[in-house]
Amino acid sequence: MVNSSLLTVNDLRFERDDIAVINDACLTLNNGEILQIEGPNGSGKTTLLRILTTALQPSGGEILYQGQILSECRFDYLSNILFLGHQSALKLTLTAEENLSWITSELPGSISVLNALKRVGLRGYSDIPCHSLSAGQQRRVALARLLLSNAKIWFLDEPFAALDGQGVKFVEQCMERHVNGGGAVMLTTHQPIGMESVRRYSLVDSSDGEALDA
Amino acid sequence: MPESNRGFSAYFRRDLLLAYRRRGEVASPVIFFVMVATLIPLGVTPEPDSLKEMAPGIIWVMALLATLLSAEGLFVSDYKDGSLEQLLISPNLLVMPIFGKVTAHWITTGLPLTLASPLIALMLSLPSVAYLPMMAGLALGTGCLSFLAAIGAALTVSLQKGSLLLTLIVMPLYMPVIIFGSAVVQYSIDGMAWSGPLAILGAMLTAAIALCPLAIAAVLRLTTIN
Repeated sequence: MVNSSLLTVNDLRFERDDIAVINDACLTLNNGEILQIEGPNGSGKTTLLRILTTALQPSGGEILYQGQILSECRFDYLSNILFLGHQSALKLTLTAEENLSWITSELPGSISVLNALKRVGLRGYSDIPCHSLSAGQQRRVALARLLLSNAKIWFLDEPFAALDGQGVKFVEQCMERHVNGGGAVMLTTHQPIGMESVRRYSLVDSSDGEALDA
Repeated sequence: MPESNRGFSAYFRRDLLLAYRRRGEVASPVIFFVMVATLIPLGVTPEPDSLKEMAPGIIWVMALLATLLSAEGLFVSDYKDGSLEQLLISPNLLVMPIFGKVTAHWITTGLPLTLASPLIALMLSLPSVAYLPMMAGLALGTGCLSFLAAIGAALTVSLQKGSLLLTLIVMPLYMPVIIFGSAVVQYSIDGMAWSGPLAILGAMLTAAIALCPLAIAAVLRLTTIN
Protein backbone atom coordinates (compact mmCIF):
# COMPACT_ATOMS: atom_id res chain seq x y z
CA MET A 1 0.00 0.00 0.00
CA VAL A 2 2.79 2.39 0.90
CA ASN A 3 4.65 1.74 -2.30
CA SER A 4 1.65 2.17 -4.53
CA SER A 5 0.65 5.62 -3.36
CA LEU A 6 2.25 8.75 -4.69
CA LEU A 7 2.33 10.58 -1.40
CA THR A 8 1.92 9.18 2.08
CA VAL A 9 1.72 11.25 5.22
CA ASN A 10 2.07 9.57 8.60
CA ASP A 11 1.31 11.17 11.97
CA LEU A 12 2.12 14.64 10.71
CA ARG A 13 2.23 17.26 13.44
CA PHE A 14 2.80 20.97 13.27
CA GLU A 15 3.02 23.33 16.21
CA ARG A 16 3.21 27.08 16.14
CA ASP A 17 4.20 28.77 19.40
CA ASP A 18 3.43 25.54 21.30
CA ILE A 19 -0.09 25.37 19.92
CA ALA A 20 -0.82 22.36 17.78
CA VAL A 21 -2.05 23.46 14.35
CA ILE A 22 -2.01 20.00 12.84
CA ASN A 23 -2.32 16.94 15.03
CA ASP A 24 -1.33 13.51 13.76
CA ALA A 25 -2.62 13.89 10.25
CA CYS A 26 -2.47 10.67 8.23
CA LEU A 27 -3.38 10.68 4.59
CA THR A 28 -2.44 9.24 1.24
CA LEU A 29 -2.62 10.56 -2.27
CA ASN A 30 -2.63 8.17 -5.21
CA ASN A 31 -2.13 8.62 -8.90
CA GLY A 32 -5.30 9.73 -10.62
CA GLU A 33 -6.86 11.04 -7.46
CA ILE A 34 -8.28 14.36 -6.35
CA LEU A 35 -8.12 14.93 -2.62
CA GLN A 36 -10.03 17.80 -1.10
CA ILE A 37 -8.81 18.99 2.27
CA GLU A 38 -11.73 20.17 4.33
CA GLY A 39 -11.97 21.98 7.58
CA PRO A 40 -13.17 25.21 9.13
CA ASN A 41 -11.10 28.39 8.95
CA GLY A 42 -7.94 28.03 10.94
CA SER A 43 -7.94 24.25 10.92
CA GLY A 44 -4.57 24.16 9.17
CA LYS A 45 -5.46 23.50 5.53
CA THR A 46 -3.01 25.99 4.11
CA THR A 47 -0.42 24.94 6.69
CA LEU A 48 -0.77 21.33 5.57
CA LEU A 49 -0.23 22.29 1.93
CA ARG A 50 2.75 24.43 2.84
CA ILE A 51 4.31 21.56 4.78
CA LEU A 52 3.76 19.19 1.89
CA THR A 53 5.41 21.66 -0.50
CA THR A 54 8.35 21.88 1.94
CA ALA A 55 7.81 25.59 2.56
CA LEU A 56 7.30 24.72 6.24
CA GLN A 57 9.09 22.19 8.40
CA PRO A 58 6.75 19.80 10.22
CA SER A 59 7.22 19.38 13.96
CA GLY A 60 6.91 15.63 13.65
CA GLY A 61 5.74 12.77 11.48
CA GLU A 62 6.94 11.60 8.12
CA ILE A 63 6.17 12.29 4.50
CA LEU A 64 6.86 9.64 1.88
CA TYR A 65 7.01 10.28 -1.85
CA GLN A 66 6.56 7.05 -3.79
CA GLY A 67 7.55 5.18 -0.66
CA GLN A 68 10.73 7.17 -0.09
CA ILE A 69 11.33 9.60 2.75
CA LEU A 70 11.05 13.11 1.41
CA SER A 71 14.48 14.32 2.47
CA GLU A 72 16.06 11.53 0.42
CA CYS A 73 14.32 12.41 -2.83
CA ARG A 74 13.91 16.13 -2.38
CA PHE A 75 15.05 17.19 -5.83
CA ASP A 76 12.94 14.57 -7.56
CA TYR A 77 9.91 15.47 -5.47
CA LEU A 78 10.22 19.23 -5.87
CA SER A 79 10.67 18.80 -9.63
CA ASN A 80 7.33 17.05 -9.74
CA ILE A 81 5.08 19.34 -7.73
CA LEU A 82 3.26 22.53 -8.51
CA PHE A 83 1.92 24.81 -5.82
CA LEU A 84 -0.63 27.53 -6.37
CA GLY A 85 -1.23 29.49 -3.20
CA HIS A 86 -3.36 32.42 -2.11
CA GLN A 87 -0.64 34.65 -3.43
CA SER A 88 -0.45 34.52 -7.18
CA ALA A 89 3.34 34.97 -7.49
CA LEU A 90 2.63 37.38 -10.33
CA LYS A 91 4.64 40.52 -10.83
CA LEU A 92 2.08 43.25 -11.34
CA THR A 93 4.32 45.48 -13.42
CA LEU A 94 4.96 42.68 -15.90
CA THR A 95 2.44 41.69 -18.54
CA ALA A 96 0.48 38.47 -18.36
CA GLU A 97 2.65 36.95 -21.05
CA GLU A 98 5.92 38.00 -19.41
CA ASN A 99 4.79 36.61 -16.09
CA LEU A 100 3.81 33.28 -17.54
CA SER A 101 6.82 32.82 -19.74
CA TRP A 102 9.05 33.71 -16.83
CA ILE A 103 7.36 31.38 -14.37
CA THR A 104 7.44 28.47 -16.78
CA SER A 105 10.83 29.30 -18.34
CA GLU A 106 9.26 29.36 -21.77
CA LEU A 107 10.76 31.66 -24.33
CA PRO A 108 8.98 35.00 -24.57
CA GLY A 109 6.37 34.93 -27.28
CA SER A 110 6.20 31.16 -27.27
CA ILE A 111 3.06 29.70 -28.70
CA SER A 112 2.27 27.60 -25.67
CA VAL A 113 2.10 30.66 -23.40
CA LEU A 114 -0.21 32.56 -25.73
CA ASN A 115 -2.26 29.41 -26.14
CA ALA A 116 -2.57 28.98 -22.38
CA LEU A 117 -3.71 32.58 -22.01
CA LYS A 118 -6.28 32.03 -24.74
CA ARG A 119 -7.60 28.97 -22.96
CA VAL A 120 -8.04 30.80 -19.67
CA GLY A 121 -10.07 33.40 -21.53
CA LEU A 122 -7.46 36.13 -21.68
CA ARG A 123 -6.91 36.30 -25.42
CA GLY A 124 -5.90 39.86 -26.24
CA TYR A 125 -4.74 40.61 -22.71
CA SER A 126 -1.28 39.14 -23.13
CA ASP A 127 0.57 42.46 -23.34
CA ILE A 128 -1.31 44.31 -20.61
CA PRO A 129 0.46 44.80 -17.28
CA CYS A 130 -1.11 42.60 -14.63
CA HIS A 131 -1.95 45.55 -12.37
CA SER A 132 -4.51 46.62 -14.96
CA LEU A 133 -6.28 43.27 -14.78
CA SER A 134 -9.08 42.50 -12.34
CA ALA A 135 -8.54 40.17 -9.39
CA GLY A 136 -10.29 37.35 -11.23
CA GLN A 137 -8.25 37.92 -14.37
CA GLN A 138 -5.03 37.90 -12.35
CA ARG A 139 -6.16 34.63 -10.85
CA ARG A 140 -6.68 33.26 -14.34
CA VAL A 141 -3.16 34.24 -15.33
CA ALA A 142 -1.86 32.33 -12.32
CA LEU A 143 -4.07 29.36 -13.17
CA ALA A 144 -2.69 29.29 -16.71
CA ARG A 145 0.36 27.74 -15.07
CA LEU A 146 -1.64 24.54 -14.74
CA LEU A 147 -1.68 24.25 -18.52
CA LEU A 148 2.06 24.73 -18.83
CA SER A 149 3.32 22.45 -16.09
CA ASN A 150 4.56 18.87 -16.24
CA ALA A 151 4.27 18.42 -12.48
CA LYS A 152 2.74 15.19 -11.22
CA ILE A 153 1.20 16.54 -8.04
CA TRP A 154 -0.75 19.77 -7.93
CA PHE A 155 -1.24 21.52 -4.62
CA LEU A 156 -3.98 24.09 -5.07
CA ASP A 157 -4.85 26.38 -2.19
CA GLU A 158 -8.30 27.87 -2.72
CA PRO A 159 -8.06 27.70 -6.52
CA PHE A 160 -11.63 28.95 -6.96
CA ALA A 161 -11.16 32.20 -5.05
CA ALA A 162 -12.19 35.26 -7.10
CA LEU A 163 -13.25 33.11 -10.07
CA ASP A 164 -16.59 33.26 -11.83
CA GLY A 165 -18.61 30.16 -12.71
CA GLN A 166 -16.87 29.74 -16.02
CA GLY A 167 -13.47 29.99 -14.34
CA VAL A 168 -14.44 27.37 -11.78
CA LYS A 169 -15.50 25.06 -14.57
CA PHE A 170 -12.18 25.62 -16.29
CA VAL A 171 -10.21 24.65 -13.17
CA GLU A 172 -12.35 21.56 -12.75
CA GLN A 173 -11.67 20.54 -16.34
CA CYS A 174 -7.95 21.08 -15.81
CA MET A 175 -7.98 18.90 -12.73
CA GLU A 176 -9.96 16.21 -14.49
CA ARG A 177 -7.57 16.10 -17.41
CA HIS A 178 -4.64 16.04 -15.04
CA VAL A 179 -5.87 13.10 -12.99
CA ASN A 180 -6.94 11.23 -16.11
CA GLY A 181 -3.36 11.54 -17.26
CA GLY A 182 -2.13 9.90 -14.07
CA GLY A 183 -1.47 13.02 -12.03
CA ALA A 184 -2.84 13.83 -8.62
CA VAL A 185 -4.40 16.93 -7.10
CA MET A 186 -4.66 18.04 -3.50
CA LEU A 187 -6.76 21.12 -2.99
CA THR A 188 -8.44 23.16 -0.33
CA THR A 189 -11.71 24.91 -0.97
CA HIS A 190 -14.90 25.84 0.79
CA GLN A 191 -16.88 25.62 -2.39
CA PRO A 192 -18.59 22.38 -3.37
CA ILE A 193 -16.79 20.80 -6.30
CA GLY A 194 -18.94 19.71 -9.21
CA MET A 195 -16.99 16.52 -9.76
CA GLU A 196 -17.74 13.01 -8.67
CA SER A 197 -14.36 11.47 -8.16
CA VAL A 198 -13.26 13.68 -5.31
CA ARG A 199 -12.08 12.09 -2.09
CA ARG A 200 -12.36 14.21 1.03
CA TYR A 201 -10.13 14.51 4.04
CA SER A 202 -11.18 16.53 7.06
CA LEU A 203 -8.84 18.43 9.25
CA VAL A 204 -10.86 18.71 12.41
CA ASP A 205 -10.22 21.59 14.75
CA SER A 206 -6.97 20.76 16.48
CA SER A 207 -8.45 21.17 19.97
CA ASP A 208 -10.45 18.00 19.32
CA GLY A 209 -7.17 16.29 18.84
CA GLU A 210 -8.05 14.04 15.96
CA ALA A 211 -8.42 14.11 12.24
CA LEU A 212 -11.01 11.91 10.61
CA ASP A 213 -10.77 10.25 7.27
CA ALA A 214 -14.21 10.84 5.82
CA MET B 1 11.33 19.92 -17.08
CA PRO B 2 10.86 23.58 -17.74
CA GLU B 3 10.94 24.56 -14.07
CA SER B 4 14.29 23.06 -13.22
CA ASN B 5 16.80 25.08 -15.18
CA ARG B 6 16.46 28.53 -13.77
CA GLY B 7 19.40 30.10 -12.11
CA PHE B 8 21.33 33.28 -12.30
CA SER B 9 20.20 34.69 -15.62
CA ALA B 10 16.46 34.16 -15.19
CA TYR B 11 16.35 36.17 -11.98
CA PHE B 12 18.94 38.68 -13.16
CA ARG B 13 16.96 39.48 -16.27
CA ARG B 14 13.60 39.57 -14.51
CA ASP B 15 14.80 41.95 -11.81
CA LEU B 16 16.35 44.26 -14.39
CA LEU B 17 13.09 44.24 -16.33
CA LEU B 18 11.15 45.00 -13.14
CA ALA B 19 13.53 47.84 -12.35
CA TYR B 20 13.11 49.18 -15.86
CA ARG B 21 9.33 49.19 -15.45
CA ARG B 22 9.61 51.42 -12.38
CA ARG B 23 12.49 53.62 -13.37
CA GLY B 24 11.43 56.46 -11.09
CA GLU B 25 11.81 54.34 -7.99
CA VAL B 26 15.20 53.12 -9.12
CA ALA B 27 16.46 56.64 -9.80
CA SER B 28 15.67 57.94 -6.33
CA PRO B 29 18.75 56.58 -4.49
CA VAL B 30 20.99 58.25 -7.06
CA ILE B 31 19.09 61.53 -6.79
CA PHE B 32 19.31 61.23 -3.00
CA PHE B 33 23.06 60.67 -3.31
CA VAL B 34 23.52 63.83 -5.39
CA MET B 35 21.09 66.00 -3.41
CA VAL B 36 22.58 65.30 0.00
CA ALA B 37 26.08 65.90 -1.28
CA THR B 38 24.89 69.26 -2.62
CA LEU B 39 23.81 70.23 0.89
CA ILE B 40 27.29 69.83 2.35
CA PRO B 41 28.91 72.88 0.69
CA LEU B 42 25.76 74.88 1.48
CA GLY B 43 25.43 73.77 5.06
CA VAL B 44 28.98 73.22 6.27
CA THR B 45 31.40 75.36 4.30
CA PRO B 46 32.00 76.24 0.67
CA GLU B 47 35.74 76.50 1.39
CA PRO B 48 37.48 74.19 -1.17
CA ASP B 49 40.27 73.21 1.19
CA SER B 50 38.02 72.01 4.00
CA LEU B 51 35.62 70.37 1.51
CA LYS B 52 38.49 68.49 -0.04
CA GLU B 53 39.39 67.15 3.38
CA MET B 54 35.88 65.85 4.05
CA ALA B 55 35.07 64.68 0.52
CA PRO B 56 36.21 61.02 0.72
CA GLY B 57 34.21 60.41 3.87
CA ILE B 58 31.13 62.24 2.64
CA ILE B 59 31.05 60.42 -0.68
CA TRP B 60 31.27 57.05 1.01
CA VAL B 61 28.71 57.78 3.71
CA MET B 62 26.30 58.97 1.01
CA ALA B 63 26.91 55.86 -1.08
CA LEU B 64 26.23 53.72 1.98
CA LEU B 65 22.95 55.48 2.76
CA ALA B 66 21.84 55.35 -0.84
CA THR B 67 22.34 51.57 -1.09
CA LEU B 68 20.52 51.10 2.22
CA LEU B 69 17.56 53.08 0.88
CA SER B 70 17.00 50.66 -1.94
CA ALA B 71 17.97 47.45 -0.14
CA GLU B 72 14.68 46.90 1.66
CA GLY B 73 12.83 46.18 -1.54
CA LEU B 74 15.23 43.43 -2.57
CA PHE B 75 13.12 40.54 -1.25
CA VAL B 76 10.01 42.21 0.20
CA SER B 77 8.00 42.38 -3.01
CA ASP B 78 8.86 38.77 -3.82
CA TYR B 79 7.79 37.81 -0.32
CA LYS B 80 4.49 39.65 -0.56
CA ASP B 81 3.40 38.36 -3.94
CA GLY B 82 4.38 34.75 -3.24
CA SER B 83 7.22 34.45 -5.73
CA LEU B 84 9.73 34.05 -2.92
CA GLU B 85 7.81 31.01 -1.74
CA GLN B 86 7.86 29.60 -5.26
CA LEU B 87 11.63 30.15 -5.31
CA LEU B 88 12.07 28.40 -1.97
CA ILE B 89 10.15 25.31 -3.09
CA SER B 90 11.89 25.07 -6.44
CA PRO B 91 14.14 22.02 -6.72
CA ASN B 92 17.28 24.02 -7.48
CA LEU B 93 19.80 25.57 -5.17
CA LEU B 94 18.89 29.03 -3.99
CA VAL B 95 22.37 30.43 -4.40
CA MET B 96 22.33 31.25 -8.10
CA PRO B 97 18.94 33.02 -8.19
CA ILE B 98 20.04 35.06 -5.17
CA PHE B 99 23.32 35.91 -6.85
CA GLY B 100 21.31 37.04 -9.89
CA LYS B 101 19.00 39.21 -7.82
CA VAL B 102 21.84 40.89 -5.92
CA THR B 103 23.77 41.52 -9.11
CA ALA B 104 20.69 43.15 -10.63
CA HIS B 105 20.43 45.26 -7.46
CA TRP B 106 24.03 46.41 -7.91
CA ILE B 107 23.41 47.29 -11.57
CA THR B 108 20.44 49.44 -10.53
CA THR B 109 22.06 51.14 -7.50
CA GLY B 110 25.83 50.74 -7.18
CA LEU B 111 26.60 51.26 -10.82
CA PRO B 112 24.55 54.47 -11.23
CA LEU B 113 26.09 55.78 -7.98
CA THR B 114 29.55 55.10 -9.32
CA LEU B 115 28.73 56.86 -12.56
CA ALA B 116 27.18 59.85 -10.76
CA SER B 117 30.07 60.21 -8.31
CA PRO B 118 32.22 62.61 -10.44
CA LEU B 119 29.38 65.11 -10.19
CA ILE B 120 29.58 65.01 -6.41
CA ALA B 121 33.35 65.05 -6.48
CA LEU B 122 33.13 68.27 -8.47
CA MET B 123 30.82 69.86 -5.90
CA LEU B 124 33.12 68.80 -3.09
CA SER B 125 36.13 70.15 -5.01
CA LEU B 126 37.92 66.84 -4.99
CA PRO B 127 41.20 67.04 -6.96
CA SER B 128 40.90 65.47 -10.37
CA VAL B 129 43.62 62.88 -9.68
CA ALA B 130 41.25 61.26 -7.21
CA TYR B 131 38.37 60.73 -9.67
CA LEU B 132 39.53 57.46 -11.14
CA PRO B 133 40.48 55.85 -7.79
CA MET B 134 37.18 57.03 -6.32
CA MET B 135 35.17 55.44 -9.12
CA ALA B 136 37.14 52.21 -9.00
CA GLY B 137 36.69 52.05 -5.25
CA LEU B 138 32.97 52.79 -5.48
CA ALA B 139 32.45 50.16 -8.17
CA LEU B 140 34.00 47.44 -5.99
CA GLY B 141 32.72 48.80 -2.69
CA THR B 142 29.08 49.23 -3.70
CA GLY B 143 29.19 45.60 -4.84
CA CYS B 144 30.07 44.60 -1.27
CA LEU B 145 27.39 46.93 0.05
CA SER B 146 24.72 45.29 -2.14
CA PHE B 147 25.63 41.80 -0.94
CA LEU B 148 25.75 42.83 2.72
CA ALA B 149 22.50 44.77 2.46
CA ALA B 150 20.88 41.69 0.95
CA ILE B 151 21.63 39.73 4.13
CA GLY B 152 19.84 42.42 6.12
CA ALA B 153 16.99 42.48 3.62
CA ALA B 154 16.60 38.71 3.96
CA LEU B 155 16.58 38.95 7.75
CA THR B 156 13.88 41.60 7.79
CA VAL B 157 11.79 40.29 4.90
CA SER B 158 8.83 39.16 6.97
CA LEU B 159 8.61 42.32 9.09
CA GLN B 160 6.07 45.01 8.36
CA LYS B 161 8.43 47.92 8.97
CA GLY B 162 11.85 46.44 8.56
CA SER B 163 13.80 49.33 7.09
CA LEU B 164 15.13 50.80 10.33
CA LEU B 165 16.09 47.40 11.70
CA LEU B 166 17.72 46.61 8.38
CA THR B 167 19.83 49.74 8.74
CA LEU B 168 20.89 48.81 12.25
CA ILE B 169 21.83 45.28 11.21
CA VAL B 170 23.78 46.24 8.14
CA MET B 171 25.61 49.40 9.28
CA PRO B 172 28.27 47.59 11.34
CA LEU B 173 28.96 45.26 8.42
CA TYR B 174 29.56 48.27 6.20
CA MET B 175 32.38 49.65 8.35
CA PRO B 176 35.31 47.80 6.75
CA VAL B 177 34.07 48.78 3.29
CA ILE B 178 33.79 52.43 4.20
CA ILE B 179 37.23 52.49 5.88
CA PHE B 180 39.07 51.09 2.88
CA GLY B 181 36.84 52.89 0.38
CA SER B 182 37.59 56.32 1.74
CA ALA B 183 41.24 55.31 2.19
CA VAL B 184 41.48 54.77 -1.58
CA VAL B 185 40.32 58.34 -2.20
CA GLN B 186 42.43 59.80 0.60
CA TYR B 187 45.61 58.06 -0.53
CA SER B 188 45.17 59.30 -4.08
CA ILE B 189 44.67 62.89 -2.85
CA ASP B 190 47.83 62.61 -0.79
CA GLY B 191 49.74 61.28 -3.78
CA MET B 192 50.33 57.85 -2.30
CA ALA B 193 49.88 54.47 -3.98
CA TRP B 194 46.17 53.66 -3.68
CA SER B 195 46.22 50.18 -5.12
CA GLY B 196 46.57 48.61 -1.66
CA PRO B 197 43.19 49.59 -0.18
CA LEU B 198 41.61 49.05 -3.60
CA ALA B 199 42.94 45.49 -3.62
CA ILE B 200 41.45 44.95 -0.18
CA LEU B 201 38.08 46.19 -1.46
CA GLY B 202 38.43 43.72 -4.33
CA ALA B 203 39.19 40.94 -1.88
CA MET B 204 36.15 41.88 0.20
CA LEU B 205 33.95 41.82 -2.90
CA THR B 206 35.29 38.40 -3.84
CA ALA B 207 34.54 37.09 -0.38
CA ALA B 208 31.08 38.68 -0.48
CA ILE B 209 30.26 37.06 -3.83
CA ALA B 210 31.41 33.68 -2.55
CA LEU B 211 29.85 33.72 0.90
CA CYS B 212 26.91 36.13 1.02
CA PRO B 213 24.56 34.17 -1.29
CA LEU B 214 24.99 31.15 1.01
CA ALA B 215 24.16 33.25 4.05
CA ILE B 216 21.21 34.89 2.30
CA ALA B 217 19.81 31.52 1.24
CA ALA B 218 20.03 30.17 4.79
CA VAL B 219 18.50 33.32 6.24
CA LEU B 220 15.60 33.31 3.75
CA ARG B 221 14.74 29.72 4.69
CA LEU B 222 14.80 30.71 8.35
CA THR B 223 12.77 33.90 8.12
CA THR B 224 10.04 32.47 5.91
CA ILE B 225 9.52 29.35 7.99
CA ASN B 226 6.41 30.71 9.69
